[in-house]
Amino acid sequence: MNMENVFAALSIMWKGMGGIFVTILIIMISVWIMGKIGSKK
Amino acid sequence: MEFLLDGLKALTWQQVVMYAVGIALIWLAIKKEYEPSLLLPMGFGAILVNLPLSGVLDQTLQGGIASNGIIEWLFHVGIEASEAMPILLFIGIGAMIDFGPLLSNPLMFLFGAGAQFGIFAAILLAAALGFSLQDAASIGIIGAADGPTSILVSQIMNSKYIGAIAVAAYSYMALVPIVQPFAIRLVTTSKERKIHMEYNPSSVSKSMRIAFPIVVTIIVGFVAPQSVALVGFLMFGNLIRECGVLGTMSDTAQNNLANLITLLLGITISFSMRAEQFVTVETLMIMAIGLFAFVMDTIGGVLLAKFMNLFLKKKINPMVGGAGISAFPMSSRVVQKMAMEEDPTNIILMHAAGANVSGQIASVIAGGMVINLVTKFLA
Repeated sequence: MNMENVFAALSIMWKGMGGIFVTILIIMISVWIMGKIGSKK
Repeated sequence: MEFLLDGLKALTWQQVVMYAVGIALIWLAIKKEYEPSLLLPMGFGAILVNLPLSGVLDQTLQGGIASNGIIEWLFHVGIEASEAMPILLFIGIGAMIDFGPLLSNPLMFLFGAGAQFGIFAAILLAAALGFSLQDAASIGIIGAADGPTSILVSQIMNSKYIGAIAVAAYSYMALVPIVQPFAIRLVTTSKERKIHMEYNPSSVSKSMRIAFPIVVTIIVGFVAPQSVALVGFLMFGNLIRECGVLGTMSDTAQNNLANLITLLLGITISFSMRAEQFVTVETLMIMAIGLFAFVMDTIGGVLLAKFMNLFLKKKINPMVGGAGISAFPMSSRVVQKMAMEEDPTNIILMHAAGANVSGQIASVIAGGMVINLVTKFLA
């Protein structure tokens, strides 16, 4: 087992899941803002 | 007349195995209707590229005459050189998706993210089993439950297992009705599966539907630039659908374009199903890791829903979290069927559909994240 690759994969898991959640949260907030703007109109 | 036996003399047992694989894929496509638009061309292509001295591959004939093969050319031009085929397919996929259920219930966005866990769990497993980081990333992306994304990432990663990865991705997408119920039952109780959810959709304006693909493309472009080709073409297709002035173009993207690219993609990807590459122990390992990825995707989404239930007054049926994978609409239908098995009056389809289309977006973001992170590690 190449431990260097395993640790790299763990780091990719941590950063990747974090990155996806942050991106999705930004999209969610944008949708919420667009919804608010739309409802005011 | 001995020249008539040239092909037979050049036959290897690995090629015979590939005929069996090809026939099995064709059987699954026709008899079981498992992703027939992909598995049938791939199955037939697997036979074509494994015929000895096959004319669909480049070769040098006797006398030193070079002969070009159509499938090899399609692979180099349509996948290797530009990843054009999987990317163009996203226009059609984007034109097929209705983001309405998601926009009216934005909380479902989170399950698309949670259900990408299998990608990273599979990368970890593949790395632990000795695959290089590029190959591990390519294998892990099977968990995106999204064939074109799997092909694109494994091509960019220059993985030699692209054929096995494509077969695994499309096979398990077809097997969602078997894989997901098993995984969901592993981590939920009957009581949890009976949870009812109210559906009070807020109306989604046309301007919101038009703005959404543009906003998502810009956000993802800034956060994960490597995803732009995928997200951009997906959202371009969706914009064509939602703009309301390109009806015939939307129909073309959803039907003719998607069908044409799918047909060519299937037979082209069979280039990487040549016996010397495909009949290996690694292929069996990839199939097993791919299954693990799908199971972990589902478990990731379900566990996220259970975690959110700790804080929510109105509880979420955890099965909705499992629908956050990209296999649309199969996953949401599977979840609805399971809900009705527990309680025939329980309707959670629209919530599951919202999570499911979120999975479409999250899976392409995940593809970009994986490319970004792995290339940074290799630098």
